[in-house]
Amino acid sequence: MSGAESVGVGRADGSADRTPVPDADVCVVGAGPAGALIADRLAGDHKVVVLDAGPRFDPADRLARQERAIRPFYDRPDVWGVGGVRDAHENAGDRFYPLNHARVKGVGGSTLHWQGMVMRLHEDDFNSGTARGIGPDWPIDYADLRPYYAEAERELGVAGASDNPYAPPREEPHPMPAFEPSYSDSLFAEACESLGIDMHSVPNARNSEPYDDRSPCVGYGTCQPVCPSGAKYDATVHVERAEEQGATVLDRAPVQRLDHDGDDRVTAAAYATPDGKTHRQEADAFVVAAGGVETPRLLLLSASDRYPDGLANGSGHVGEFFMDHLFAGAGGRLDEPTRQNHVGFYTSGCDQFYDAADETQAPFKLEFLNYAGPSPVESALSGDDWGDSLLERLRDGYGTHVAMGGLVEQLPRADSRITLADDRTDDHGNPVPRVEWTVGERALDTIERANEIQVEILEALGADVEWVAGPDATGPAYHHMGTTRMSDDPDRGVVDAECQTHDLTNCWIASSSVFPTSGAMNPTLTIAALALRVADAVDDRLSEA
Amino acid sequence: MNLGLPKLSMKLTRRDAAAALAALGATGGVALGVRRETDAEGVGEADTARDGEGLPEDETVQTVMTAVAEAVYPEAISGIDAFVDGFLAGRLDGSSHDEGIRAAVADVESAARSWYGAPVAGLPPGERDDVLRELGADTAEENPQGTTAERVRYYVVNELLLALYASPTGGELVGIENPQGYAGGAESYRQGPP
Repeated sequence: MSGAESVGVGRADGSADRTPVPDADVCVVGAGPAGALIADRLAGDHKVVVLDAGPRFDPADRLARQERAIRPFYDRPDVWGVGGVRDAHENAGDRFYPLNHARVKGVGGSTLHWQGMVMRLHEDDFNSGTARGIGPDWPIDYADLRPYYAEAERELGVAGASDNPYAPPREEPHPMPAFEPSYSDSLFAEACESLGIDMHSVPNARNSEPYDDRSPCVGYGTCQPVCPSGAKYDATVHVERAEEQGATVLDRAPVQRLDHDGDDRVTAAAYATPDGKTHRQEADAFVVAAGGVETPRLLLLSASDRYPDGLANGSGHVGEFFMDHLFAGAGGRLDEPTRQNHVGFYTSGCDQFYDAADETQAPFKLEFLNYAGPSPVESALSGDDWGDSLLERLRDGYGTHVAMGGLVEQLPRADSRITLADDRTDDHGNPVPRVEWTVGERALDTIERANEIQVEILEALGADVEWVAGPDATGPAYHHMGTTRMSDDPDRGVVDAECQTHDLTNCWIASSSVFPTSGAMNPTLTIAALALRVADAVDDRLSEA
Repeated sequence: MNLGLPKLSMKLTRRDAAAALAALGATGGVALGVRRETDAEGVGEADTARDGEGLPEDETVQTVMTAVAEAVYPEAISGIDAFVDGFLAGRLDGSSHDEGIRAAVADVESAARSWYGAPVAGLPPGERDDVLRELGADTAEENPQGTTAERVRYYVVNELLLALYASPTGGELVGIENPQGYAGGAESYRQGPP
């Protein structure tokens, strides 16, 4: 069916069998990238059940979702059906956090709308306290994750090159060649060279050539929030693979709480179904992979007499240390064509300043954007003009923009956190998440530093700088991290170095919620690497049993 | 500022209609020229208004949408009739969107007959423009469930503008041969201006 408003017609049958699977070995909560990778990795040898709160989206709807992304009637959350009572939340911090712009609920999770950038964290990111003098060290090092990074790159399908002198060491080339630099990259290159600033390729979870039976990028230009071609990786790839091996994936099955016994074992996930019933999925092992907001929320909702402050919350830190990456940007116009908005991803970055981080300056990376300024087709649908006057407006508005972006680390703070709302409940009567997002001076100062460099480059390029997204205009990159932090010390963290909860003997967390610090690199490759590591740990445990 | 933009004389092709459909999705008619057969009628003869509770037939929708396209597309564009025909072949697919197009077309046609005493296609271009503006479609924000003005903006005006500017020819008019929504490949972003 055509038309943006046709979305949803093809959703999976609401009367599908959603009863529990008997004798399950593993129950995974969440069918995003972490849950999907774990299900795929374990399904060959174990009986796996995945429960997801959202629907199974019909691939045939992707063009209609793309139309939603372009048409002005639809807001970003409308593209993947986010919002309503199911996704209600509160904001209580000193900065507004647009949570429903920042997530997708459903099979595939937020990879359905993500940008698809897949950098490895740097070595110092794992040792912030030791190397930079601020923040906690992770209980694992880059070397522990290095082989899993390589596996994750193969699983997701990463197009990249080894031309980045600032990237951490790697053992093999990326699975696919990097996307070539854009025309506007070539304009930036001259300016950067004059300033002694290095540019390099960036790794994309997007096919630069056919890979894994998926299409190469065909240039729809709407990567974020939807890739109709399937060239951009999303977690439905591994959900389907897991199902082919026998895993059961239940959509629209939001987990209400995790039940436990008196021996610190999770016994069941209680989940609701569209018919109004509640079921209990029992399993030997549980993996919570519901992202940086819903993961702590589920643990808090699972409070019991034995765990009055929430499950796995002996440390009292569940929900605390909520972090995101801060956006720093600047843009303007040249007096020549810049060829923007042909594709929806960027092809060059600069990590030169990343490892200069210390107590006062956060790590940050810079991006040379290929989608600066308005998209003509989107502009055409707003305004009170048409005909020749519209065309004139579109011509004036398009063609000469340039822009740079950047991500900045924010430090973990106990007062930046996810808690449960006091009075507001969701469609199942559960308290909704309350977001308190608080950003410290180090991050704000670093945004200014990033802005200085961005403006310097733009001016060297000859651009008329028209906007700067500095400390007052920054926003989140929609990377939810830190809310069930990893630590060897049960008093200082929720999970141990293997991502197993300290308090429960059969429960792991696979999510960016375990990050003790965030670095400034997009988190999904690290999420994927940690998920593959969790899969090994769960497999070992089940094999021992 | 001379950015080397193309001269304002561009012909829409069947490839453009196919591209617009490929961008926006359709269940049928992507192979152009496969519209349901209807009895061809002259512009002035077509029954372009609602027939009781029924919605306009394909031929009427085609006629009205082409007439509106001639008002909302740049003057230099040619090949509109075949383009709109091909595009609608995919969009009139029995979906709720199909129904929305027909209902909004009926509203436009009804307004033209009531206020100007002629079907939209029988009006000179300036009066077609007047009909749309008097309906409020110029200042309305698109809304598929909204007022008449908002639905006309969504299903008629923006439907046509979306089809044009998500097509290669529409993009080239603005200076981008691979506009958002069009799967124009992953090469053009690397190339300098033509």
